Amino acid sequence: MTQLRRKDVLGLQEMSKEEIQLILDTAESYKEILSRPVKKVPILRGKSICTLFYENSTRTRCSFELAAKIMSADTTAVSTAGSSIQKGESFKDTLLTLEAMGMDLFVIRHSASGAPHFAAKIVKSSVINAGDGMHEHPTQALLDMLTICQNKGQIAGLKVLIVGDIMHSRVARSNIWGLSKMGAEVRICGPRTLLPAEIDKLPVKVYDDLDRALDGVDVVNVLRIQLERMNKGFFPSIREYSTLFGINKARLRRAKSDVLVMHPGPMNRGIEITPDVADGEFAVITDQVTNGVAVRMALLYLLLGGSGHVDST
Amino acid sequence: MGPVRLRRCFVNANVHRDSTVNAAFLLTHGQEGFFVRDGAMSTQVTQVMDESEIRRALTRIAHEIIERNKGVQNLVIVGIQSRGVPMAQRLAKLISDIEGAQVPVGSLNVALYRDDFDKHPARTISASDIPFDVTDKRVVLVDEVLYTGRTTRAALDALMDLGRPAVVQLAVLIDRGHRELPIRADYVGKNLPTSRKERVDVHWVETHGEDAVLIVK
Amino acid sequence: MWILLKGGYVVDPSQDYSGVADVLIADGVIAVIVERIEQPSSQSILAQTKLDEKDGQIFDCSGLVVCPGLVDMHVHLREPGYEHKETIETGSRAAAAGGFTTVLAMPNTMPVVDNGAVVRYVLERGKEAVVRVYTAGAATKANAGTEMAEIADMVEAGALAVSDDAFPIQNADLMRRVMEYSKMFDIPVLTHCEDRSMTQDAIMNEGVVCTILGLRPWPRQAEEIMIWRNILLADLTGCKIHIQHITTRGGVEAVRWAKSRGIPVSCETCPHYFSLTDEALMTFDTNAKCCPPLRTADDVEAIKEGLADGTIDVIATDHAPHAQEDKEVELQEAAFGMVGLETAVPLVITNLVKPGIMTIEQAIYRMTSQPARLLKLPVGTLAKGSVADITVLDPNAEIVVRNEEFKSKGHNTPFEGWQLFGRVAATIVGGRIVSGALRPVRVKNGC
Repeated sequence: MTQLRRKDVLGLQEMSKEEIQLILDTAESYKEILSRPVKKVPILRGKSICTLFYENSTRTRCSFELAAKIMSADTTAVSTAGSSIQKGESFKDTLLTLEAMGMDLFVIRHSASGAPHFAAKIVKSSVINAGDGMHEHPTQALLDMLTICQNKGQIAGLKVLIVGDIMHSRVARSNIWGLSKMGAEVRICGPRTLLPAEIDKLPVKVYDDLDRALDGVDVVNVLRIQLERMNKGFFPSIREYSTLFGINKARLRRAKSDVLVMHPGPMNRGIEITPDVADGEFAVITDQVTNGVAVRMALLYLLLGGSGHVDST
Repeated sequence: MGPVRLRRCFVNANVHRDSTVNAAFLLTHGQEGFFVRDGAMSTQVTQVMDESEIRRALTRIAHEIIERNKGVQNLVIVGIQSRGVPMAQRLAKLISDIEGAQVPVGSLNVALYRDDFDKHPARTISASDIPFDVTDKRVVLVDEVLYTGRTTRAALDALMDLGRPAVVQLAVLIDRGHRELPIRADYVGKNLPTSRKERVDVHWVETHGEDAVLIVK
Repeated sequence: MWILLKGGYVVDPSQDYSGVADVLIADGVIAVIVERIEQPSSQSILAQTKLDEKDGQIFDCSGLVVCPGLVDMHVHLREPGYEHKETIETGSRAAAAGGFTTVLAMPNTMPVVDNGAVVRYVLERGKEAVVRVYTAGAATKANAGTEMAEIADMVEAGALAVSDDAFPIQNADLMRRVMEYSKMFDIPVLTHCEDRSMTQDAIMNEGVVCTILGLRPWPRQAEEIMIWRNILLADLTGCKIHIQHITTRGGVEAVRWAKSRGIPVSCETCPHYFSLTDEALMTFDTNAKCCPPLRTADDVEAIKEGLADGTIDVIATDHAPHAQEDKEVELQEAAFGMVGLETAVPLVITNLVKPGIMTIEQAIYRMTSQPARLLKLPVGTLAKGSVADITVLDPNAEIVVRNEEFKSKGHNTPFEGWQLFGRVAATIVGGRIVSGALRPVRVKNGC
């Protein structure tokens, strides 16, 4: 496969193994650009990309903007604070307005699951889901997979554990789809209160005992635990969460000796992950961030190409 | 592609850019010009260079490069992905053999510098692989066919983003005319007048199992 | 003024009657039903009833089903207050188009129907409508779930029941008082069963589809806990309660248990709960978002069993029209509910009657005399002398659902484009055809 024949990238559930591989291969080839002294290629000159964020985000928005700018696209950032969204404009009208200004691609982050899917039906431009509610965060999962590929050579056959608040995590859902399609064994582990109903019907092995879950894994992806969940009664205290589900050096001994430790960020050091692990030899957390730019460049490139065929040598 | 069956000069085959119709095989069956049936359309395929002609042309170009650059000091060869890469490797080897010194060779991905992105579906090929700094080098860009000049233009921009070469020269196996930009090759294997309707396919042993240049009508 | 419906398959569950017969309507009431076998001629019927031959019309109903006008005891007509979504007038036209001749409006309007004055307003507006419009009163003031509304005042004004629809009463003690108080007037308490503490921001049924889509779950237990609570309170108070829009296997089992114990409980389900599952939300279709949410295939099975064995007494629509802007938004923001009046008959015929889950007689029973009995209305029957509210159906007609053809202001249906069996040929209210058309028979001499 050499082309991504779709208008939008909304999630990994709907994507084939071949499509995921194409995106990873393309992203891998762009890492070279990120290491150049002059990080700029002209390919997306004249393209307008809108990052439309209905939820706060630093790293994802920065990563998309940087990816767009490296490829010479123009970016427009729209966020809820101080925009017409605050004045009560509907999502539909915001989209139509921005599209009328000539946006070629929308990067959408939204607290409502399915909002990018709704947007994709409204606009003719491409839509990339930058995280929707608790549904999917496909670019995060792609960059996680690229990081695994770079360190392990391939994904197929690996045991990957995702640990933490699975219920509220779009990162977990996208990773479950992506990793399982690429042939990994996906394990999830978290308190029973934070495992969503019938999650065992997805291609995962479910654990509530972290030590058993860690047994022989190649990769551990540690999810951020949002502290406000405590107030809603999902777990009694930080201390207890950390005791049961925090990743530390001693626990990691149960995993393979060359285990990779990943975290989508932002980290709560000392809660879901101890600082010595976060900064330790197994952690590839900063690689993930770099790969995020490459993955987003790949998606912008693959989605914005024309559809005709031109022969010019 | 399955076995090629010749019957009254017709071959059932899907003809596309990467067609692997084996010209040598067809020619050994006594066909000077032969036809490939592509759906309802009949396509005429004519071989214009064979293995020994290509070898002689590349050898001549290798000598010209050495002569023009007064040796191989600071000389690097850069193939334009994907079709220029086998030729670049051949030239580098020929030059090294003649001069007795290794010439660095790289490959350049120009996809991100093309000017036809809006018309062309985005395709991926591998990353540029330039294992040396191009700054102050004498760079010979290599492509198999020079046509509109747009790929060369993209390659020049891609190269400039990697550094500031002392000199950039262009070597091609075939110059088929129809330039759309003020670009001229420094080294040409064969000038081949063609019509715009025709296509020039270069086959390399490395990628197609034979060396041959074909015109497809 | 008379109408003779000739040769239709007449189904009247109130009299346990079905067979090919002619139905004569005179001056807005059912005059006589004459079985075909012993039928002399149309003229002689007219002669017997001393009707003027020229003052009426004969319609050929062969191949059609003639039944009492359908009764929908659960609709949202949105008036007063939300006239952009629906009005009593447009809602009644939708009802007529769907074969319903009597509807019971829910009180969650603005202002809420929580006193006699608003009840009178709705009934007054209803008099101008093409079908019979009744209303339920809100069980609590402003539907706030904190203070009992003036139930006596509303009953006096004409409310047929009280309901907590859309605003389920969470406080068990208050619910008990509402039941005790309502019992004085012998009206049923219609109850929307939902434990709100379990459905905060909830959007769809808890299960694998919800987990995949990352939406807030609406567990079945939130419905079942409240069904059980209200059954126990009905047992305590002796008040008749009617569980609205039941959706789960556990809910059906609870009602079955209650009925076996003689607790005064009835219940209804809606066509979408036996026609769709939660997978309809896989595309984030806002039209499939309703409350309670669509459940699983197993629940659909249980609903059908409950309908077949009579545990579920009534098929109602929970017709919930919304404006385009209420639905053309993110799923999370979208309003709950779907229109139902104009798709109910084909969904019942296609999904219940055609597959043999129940006979057409049983289906009509649950849409006519059952709701009429629960609301103590003298409709839903073809008994001689009763008002001539009649629905004529063509159960074999194939239709395609097109929401742009809806008479309702709401176009929010998840069934758009569905190919179904069953068409409402005509709806007759008080002896007058208010929707559809029938084939007239030319009266010749000596016919």
